[in-house]
Amino acid sequence: MSVLIIDYGMGNLGSVRRAFEECGADVFISEDPGECRHASHLVLPGVGAFPDGMEALTRGGWLPALKQATAEEKLPLLGICLGMQLLADHGTEGGARAGLGLIPGTVLRLVPDSPQTRIPHVGWNEVHHDGSNPLLAGIPDRADFYFVHSYHFVPGTADATIATTPYCGSFVSVVGHGSVFGTQFHPEKSSRFGFQLIRNFLAL
Amino acid sequence: MLKVRIIPTLLWKNLGLVKGVGFDSWRRVGTIMPAVKVYNTRQVDELIVVDISATSEERLPDFAEVREFSAECFVPLTVGGGIRELAEIKELLRAGADKVSINSAAYERPTLIEQAAERFGAQCVVASIDASRNPDGSYRCLSRSGSADTGREPGEWAEELERRGAGEILITSVERDGTMTGYDLELIRLVADRVKIPVIASGGAGNYGHLHEALTVGGAAAVAAASIFHFTEQTPLEAKKFLAAQGIPVRNVRVAP
Repeated sequence: MSVLIIDYGMGNLGSVRRAFEECGADVFISEDPGECRHASHLVLPGVGAFPDGMEALTRGGWLPALKQATAEEKLPLLGICLGMQLLADHGTEGGARAGLGLIPGTVLRLVPDSPQTRIPHVGWNEVHHDGSNPLLAGIPDRADFYFVHSYHFVPGTADATIATTPYCGSFVSVVGHGSVFGTQFHPEKSSRFGFQLIRNFLAL
Repeated sequence: MLKVRIIPTLLWKNLGLVKGVGFDSWRRVGTIMPAVKVYNTRQVDELIVVDISATSEERLPDFAEVREFSAECFVPLTVGGGIRELAEIKELLRAGADKVSINSAAYERPTLIEQAAERFGAQCVVASIDASRNPDGSYRCLSRSGSADTGREPGEWAEELERRGAGEILITSVERDGTMTGYDLELIRLVADRVKIPVIASGGAGNYGHLHEALTVGGAAAVAAASIFHFTEQTPLEAKKFLAAQGIPVRNVRVAP
């Protein structure tokens, strides 16, 4: 098992690496899309803005590599936070922009549902799920995970929703489509249950 | 439901963990690494670590040290002190920080906040304000660990920081810092009322009731505290039990049978 953390200049790579290592993975970080062929699992981390993220992935030559690795070789891929949002068809942060298109969907800004609702959504919040997806195996319904974001993923197909979180009404906090998964929260910063999710992903 | 965060703050000076009173009289209270490990084991909600001497000594953040203690930290970590350029933010995020706290540099070059938010996302930019109370009851913002008057007013400055793209405001009362006599609730309310982004209250927590007040009366979204955890038997977990009993949503509390 060999986990490739995609280095496209965005994100808390150090944190992600340490968490995956702590869960028993062999981890390598690379800027070279050709390295996908040495990986059993791919992780797309991300802290930052959607247009910058897409630009960096495009410039780095990741678009065809990720399409091939996921569509043809069915490698499991986990997008985290911005990394999840980039999996969508379209983003809207700083103007409309095409995403990776690995999971049907659009990324929209959170809309406060009360005057007390603060954006960005920062902190620990519940992840509601029915226990049926292996990515969340062993994680209780409504377990708390750490979030920090202003945008959210709106799946284009209902069956891509794995879990939701009650904020600004309710938004989709875990998505999945084939071998591609995304979490809006940071499993690498979500302590015990975050590690459980990472171990589940490594078992895919 | 979004949980209220209780955030231990670790101040760090010359490789030691310190705590002062009113931004002065620093006492050494240990070393940073064991403290990070302990808080990580106890699964605290988040940690803030600030190098309080970097800016005054005109030096860069100690990236190697951040790399070391962040490797032991699996909860969100905010790192501050000595940040002047985007390059330092990038390096801190690479070293394992999840967010950065910017204070003095924002007064000298407010566009740094915009650039940081644009490049790394608003969610990783914590704008820190140190405020002091004037004799007439108004407030002023101090920079460089409380040593320089900036001529700015905290409410107006917080609004500007939000407009420029900050993701959170950390508001600290210089007078209450380290006194354990309670947060400056007026100051916290003043700032919380002016912005839509989360406000973290800091400076003065001495007991669990103070945390409760900062959240309810002050309108803070999170509470940061140091002395209460360094110098008393009180712990973040017990704080959460107290808050849960008052109906405040907190994480990770098993109610005793």
